[in-house]
Amino acid sequence: MTERKNYTASELLAVMSARILKDGQIVFAGVGIPLLAATLAQGVHAPGLTILFEGGVIGPFVVPGELPPSTNEQRCTRRANMVLPITDVLLLLQRGYIDVGFMGGAQIDRYGNLNSSYIGDPEKPAIRLPGTGGGNDISSLTQMIVAMKHEKRRFVNKVDFITSPGFIDGGSSRADSGLIAGGMFRVVTDLAILAFDDDTKEMKVLALHPGVDPDEVRDNTGFDITIPDNVGRTDPPQKNELAVLRNLDPERLYTA
Amino acid sequence: MMAEETLVLPHLELRRRTAERDRGLREKVMSLEEAASFVSDGDHVALGGCTMSRTPTAMIWALVRAKKKNLVVSRSIMSSEGEVLYGSGISNHVITSWFSQGIVWGVSKVMRHYTESGEARFDEWSHMSIGLRYRAGAMGIPYMPVRSMIGSGVNERLGDEVKEVICPFTDERLLALPALNPDVALIHVQRADAYGNAQLDGLQFMDIDIAMAANRVILTTEQIVSNDSIRRRPDHTRIPFFTVDAVVEVPYGSAPHECYGVYEPFFDHMDTLAEQTKKDPEAGIKKYLDDFYYGPSSWSGYLDLLGADAIVDASRRGRSIYND
Repeated sequence: MTERKNYTASELLAVMSARILKDGQIVFAGVGIPLLAATLAQGVHAPGLTILFEGGVIGPFVVPGELPPSTNEQRCTRRANMVLPITDVLLLLQRGYIDVGFMGGAQIDRYGNLNSSYIGDPEKPAIRLPGTGGGNDISSLTQMIVAMKHEKRRFVNKVDFITSPGFIDGGSSRADSGLIAGGMFRVVTDLAILAFDDDTKEMKVLALHPGVDPDEVRDNTGFDITIPDNVGRTDPPQKNELAVLRNLDPERLYTA
Repeated sequence: MMAEETLVLPHLELRRRTAERDRGLREKVMSLEEAASFVSDGDHVALGGCTMSRTPTAMIWALVRAKKKNLVVSRSIMSSEGEVLYGSGISNHVITSWFSQGIVWGVSKVMRHYTESGEARFDEWSHMSIGLRYRAGAMGIPYMPVRSMIGSGVNERLGDEVKEVICPFTDERLLALPALNPDVALIHVQRADAYGNAQLDGLQFMDIDIAMAANRVILTTEQIVSNDSIRRRPDHTRIPFFTVDAVVEVPYGSAPHECYGVYEPFFDHMDTLAEQTKKDPEAGIKKYLDDFYYGPSSWSGYLDLLGADAIVDASRRGRSIYND
């Protein structure tokens, strides 16, 4: 008999992402799941983790129940250690102070390239999306974790447009293009944790979430994805993780 | 205009324009309408603030009412003021890194309508690249090397506006970003004196680089304070008077966006705008302009339309940052 899940897909995403973060890391986080996950990690196992916001904030204190609506308004400066100009906070990525960039994604491909600019031909797009923001800078300059829903239309063979580079065409193409640092580290979805092959740089499944069948991942991925026979299994979200998470987002703005 | 001919303003031309400006210590207080005359059709206008923060709304409001044309407008991130630019027609060319009302409202239907139809242009640069373009402009150098945008579609689509360069010391491949010296910068701050010494609280965004880079700066301020009070806290002054050409006192000059420590965004107003532009973006934004931009006879009239309840609520939330 399978146990009924006592958590939502978004809560699963936040918990699984939080576990990847390590104590002491400096994390550049977007709002939504990335911020929730980073704050959850601080509350559970990584008290020395520091969050940075693109709007120019170092080490904000996220007030439970008052999650900021973006990374550029006064709410995201609450009890921060420092505020600084946008250009300077982004330059910390280039300087090498940031361990992890952590964001959501609209569309990703087998080499971890992200698209948040155009659906369809950029010359005559079916949909013009809002664009990179700092996404391109973050993915160009540090190790990336992406959290997103696992859907076929989001996991495509090749993105329509590379807004934020992953491993470009795979192999050594990222470094060859001139991006000598950083790269995709993990993609966390509501079905699995994904990583990238050391040589080909193709996306592969590292671990499946509780109760997820490998075929479910295949069916929801728009390209052939490697799922090793000995693929790992994640532990279900624990009580304390869910408790911290629900205290942070009691109205379930990001975890519905 | 000569500025449109070349991507990077020649150094001596930049200096010539700066030398021509009256940089003495003098009072520059004027009305929004007078300040609007500092912006010419075709100018490159840089906006201070970011997304829903310290947007120079009142000055944009004045430019819309003055029926400016063919402005090229840049900003770190654009929110609903970008929709106003497109909808009013004062600009059909924006340069930014991200453009929608705000994350919580999803993709802007107005931005989609004007860009997908080809009526308006949205040049996308990475956030840091925009910042470094202003910084190069502020530094008086023609370009800035950067390690991002390389290998991406963002870089590719910019064509000749960016160039690969080889570092003369390390032989590394970098991207050269062209300096950006805007014709005019519009910046809204919490307080400034009559000379244009500006103090800003909280997040600075790209405002200081923009002020230093621009050939003219129009400063709008919540409050004009005495020069004495500026001199008591010179360490709080972020923009020096000699970069500033006009000072306009405009309470709630960023509404419906926020001004750090003074008021937070007028979220209900933003909700209404998002709702109103959902089905027919063009009609929705035109109605918004009729109601809030062309309708009122003064900025106070605009604030009347926002309503006292909304202003009190936004102010209470804004001040709460200092009551933690």
